[in-house]
Formats: sequence, C-alpha cells, structure tokens
Amino acid sequence: MTDQAYNFAYLDEQTKRMIRRAILKGLAVPGYQVPFASREMPMPYGWGTGGVQVSAAVLTPEDRFKVIDQGADDTTNAVSIRSFFERTANVETTTKTEDATVIQTRHRIPEVALSEGQILVYQVPIPEPLRFLEPRESETRKMHSLEEYGLMHVKLYEDISRHGHIATAYAYPVTVEARYVMDPSPIPKFDNPKLGDNPAIQLFGAGREQRIYALPPYTKVVSLDFEDHPFDPSKADHPCGLCGAENSYLDEVITDDAGGRMFVCSDTDYCEDRQASGHRGKDAA
Amino acid sequence: MRDTALLSVRGLAKHYGAHIGCTDVTFDLFPGEVMGIVGESGSGKSTLLNCLAGHLDPDHGEVFFDTRAEGLRDTIQMSEPGRRMLGRTDWAFVHQHARDGLRMGVSAGGNVGERLMAVGARNYADIRTQAEDWLQRVEIDTTRIDDRPTTFSGGMQQRLQIARNLVTGPRLVFMDEPTGGLDVSVQARLLDLLRGLVRNMGLSAIIVTHDLAVVRLLADRLMVMKSGRVVEAGLTDQVLDDPQHPYTQLLVSSVLQV
Repeated sequence: MTDQAYNFAYLDEQTKRMIRRAILKGLAVPGYQVPFASREMPMPYGWGTGGVQVSAAVLTPEDRFKVIDQGADDTTNAVSIRSFFERTANVETTTKTEDATVIQTRHRIPEVALSEGQILVYQVPIPEPLRFLEPRESETRKMHSLEEYGLMHVKLYEDISRHGHIATAYAYPVTVEARYVMDPSPIPKFDNPKLGDNPAIQLFGAGREQRIYALPPYTKVVSLDFEDHPFDPSKADHPCGLCGAENSYLDEVITDDAGGRMFVCSDTDYCEDRQASGHRGKDAA
Repeated sequence: MRDTALLSVRGLAKHYGAHIGCTDVTFDLFPGEVMGIVGESGSGKSTLLNCLAGHLDPDHGEVFFDTRAEGLRDTIQMSEPGRRMLGRTDWAFVHQHARDGLRMGVSAGGNVGERLMAVGARNYADIRTQAEDWLQRVEIDTTRIDDRPTTFSGGMQQRLQIARNLVTGPRLVFMDEPTGGLDVSVQARLLDLLRGLVRNMGLSAIIVTHDLAVVRLLADRLMVMKSGRVVEAGLTDQVLDDPQHPYTQLLVSSVLQV
C-alpha cells in the first residue's frame, strides 16, 4: 500500500513536471547537459539523488521497476532505492531485466540487450567530462557550445604517455551524434558499445550537480580514441566462475588471504538466469 | 604596401568607466615584422594587447587581420567561435607568467600537443613526434617530455609555453612581457631563442614590455605608450637613439647603465 503521507513517487507534481521538461529537452538535444532544479531527497548526495528524481518523474503506476548497483540487485543502494519506490509509488518491482520497464542503474548497463519501451536511468556523480581538465564551469560550457573538444584528447594522450595505452577504464568519454562529448557516468568502458544504437531510452541524472542529459533510442555514440590507439572495450580475461559466461563483465572476488580469487558476473540477474538454465562455471558449488 | 598588412588597427579604444584603458591607437603590422610596445605600468600596453588578441572587447575601433583561410577579416565583428579558432591557429599568445599559459597538471608533451589536438590531430605517434621536435627547438631535453611543468624551472616553463604556442605555426604572436620575472642570464637565452624562432619562421609579433633591452634586440618598430595613448612610434633604433617626446626621453634616460 502506498504511504499516503507522500505524493505518488515522493516528488510533488510540479517538481515532476519540471524534471520531465528537462528530460524532454535532453532527449531533443542528445548529450547536452540540461540544468534542472534538483530537490533535496531523503538520502545523501552520491547515493543516487539524481537518478531517483529522474525515476520519480518517469514512473507510472503500471511500471515494473528494477534497481541495480554495480550490476547487482541485492546491494544496499539497490535495495534501499527499490524499497523507497515500493513504499512511495507502490509500483511492482522485479530483478528480471527483461520484465522491467524502468531500470535505475549505478555504474552498469545490464548484460541482456534492452528493448524498445524500456527506460534506463543512470545515477551520475559528475556529469561534466571536462571537469578535471578545466575547472571553470563558465569555460566548459563555452567549450561545449563551441564544440572545442581538443582537451578531451589531452586526457587520453596523458594516459598513453604514462601507461602506454589508454588507461581510462570507466567514465570513458563519448561523442554523441558527432556533436556533444558526454560522460557516460562511471560505467566500465566494456559497456560503452551498448550506449550507441540502443533501443531503450537512456536518461542520466546528476542530483548534486543539477544536470540531466539523455540518449534517445538508436542514438549514434562513439567512444573517443586515437587512430593508432583505438578504443578497446576490455574486461578481465576469464569466464565467470559461477555460470561460465565468456563475454559478460566480471567482478574479481577475493576468497581468502592466500591469493585465492574468483571472477563472477557483475550482473547478478544475468548470472542467476544462466545458472538456472544449467550453465556451470568452475567455482560453482 | 597598405593592403598587404597582416594586422591593421584603426582608432582602437577601451575605457574602464571614466578611466581610459587605451585610446586612439592606429597602426599597421606587416608580415615578418616585430613590433614592440613599451610604457610604464598602467599605460595601457596590456589592455591594448588583450583587445588585439580578442581577450577584451574594445569600445571603439577596427582590427583587421589577414587570415590564412579567408583573407582580411574584422576580428572585432567576427563571431566568437571564429575568433577562438584564430586563437588556436593563426594567433599565439605568450603570457608573462608561464603558469597562465600552461596546463600545470598535464605533461610537457600534452601541453605542446593540446593545440594540435584542438585542430583535429588524432594520431598519437604524430603528435608525440611533433611535441619532441618542438621541445628540441626550444632547447628542452626530450627525456623531460612526460614530466609536468611543475617540475620545470621558470625559464624552462617559459620556453615550454612558447613551444606550445608555436606548434601550430601561427602567423602572429602576442607576447606580454615574455621575459618578465626571469633572471638575467635566462632572459638572454630566451631572447636569443625568440629572435631565432621569429626570424626562421618569418613570424610577426607584438611584444609588450617595459624592458627597453628586449625591444632593442627583438623589435623592428616601437610604439611608446603613456596614459593610454601612443606618444611616439617609429623604427626601434630611431626612437631609442633619438627620442622626441619628453616621456620617451625620460624612459630612455632611466635605463640603468652597468
């Protein structure tokens, strides 16, 4: 039962209208960071206040809602946000990627391909890809409006000169529709190829930084690189220890203090599905 | 002669409220020419330079620049993207403090390569080769290419700033006291280097300084400014050896003789 002390999905209707306007503008100008009047949410900044506000604005009573944190459905952040919307919006929740209509995510894109009609909501800590190279907001906005993105390659240049290869492994910058350079939130670069040409709507919310940006379905997204150091969506070179998957993104889990470790799918739903259909990895009990 | 000028300035003025920044400045700069602007602190030298380089918006006047891509253009009427593009290609700006012109958190190679990447270079090996070449030209050991400018001495930082500015082959360099704050022997080496680069690349330059020795060495022509106005202009040797205006006479006579 919905907690009657709250409006549907916690935020008041005027706030949701304001956020929806920002989302529509973001969808109209893919990759452009739309400022919005972020509200205080009943959780600390950095826990997904931006994502929660975007989810609240797009949720309808008929939606089925899924929350993942680093791919997992059962971590603190995911559990608390899921129960937050169960209580304030009384929506159905699920852990199945295919069944969900709205998925709020922190740092991953689900392994199962998304489909038309689904909405993927990202929690974004720092929406500005140029932030650590150019601290002035006035200057970065000007660089975006004038398409001056040479500086972004300086970051990649620095990576190669220091490590011999592009060492940026997450929050890997992308160009959207050959126009805006965008920070895809701290997803591993393994997920970057899934950003482009995706049938689902992708929305990015940054609560503390008060920015919303978006990728409409089937948007062209290109990861930045050099001609002689092309983009490489790398992952740990192992199969999943539990389900044996060869091409899913893996977490390394330390199992003892004698060097024991195992690699498991970071997407728990995907891993469980595979195990249920009979796939077994070498560490499966 | 007039229509071949690289930079034509007509009646340029900038006011800060009732205070005059600079006013009624008119001159032509021809390709390959180096012009010095001297004057005491507050005489409007830097205001003028910033107006010319598009960092400040002048109140009156016209500045025409002979761009490589599109010929003669009014840089004040020009759109901001166009002006910023010029700032990365045809123009270069050397700040007095290297820290203002460098990215201190980025390696020397990255600093030199930034302008290349800003105009579309996307091949790491090429960028690296050009950066090494330029470090050599400004006499910085190429083994320092991956070091940050914070580990460089003041003179090296200034030379790195010059390399970073000249890498895209600009036609006009604005310099704001390029030798200020450096010790005398480092100054001499930097001036020597600058003179070589300017002559070899056929650069035009506008150098703002209060050091008459710098203009004597580098500049073909000289403008003397006082209270925002140009009080005397002419060939460098002519102005310094036979100053006409009382202020210029004072300036020339105040140089310490060792």
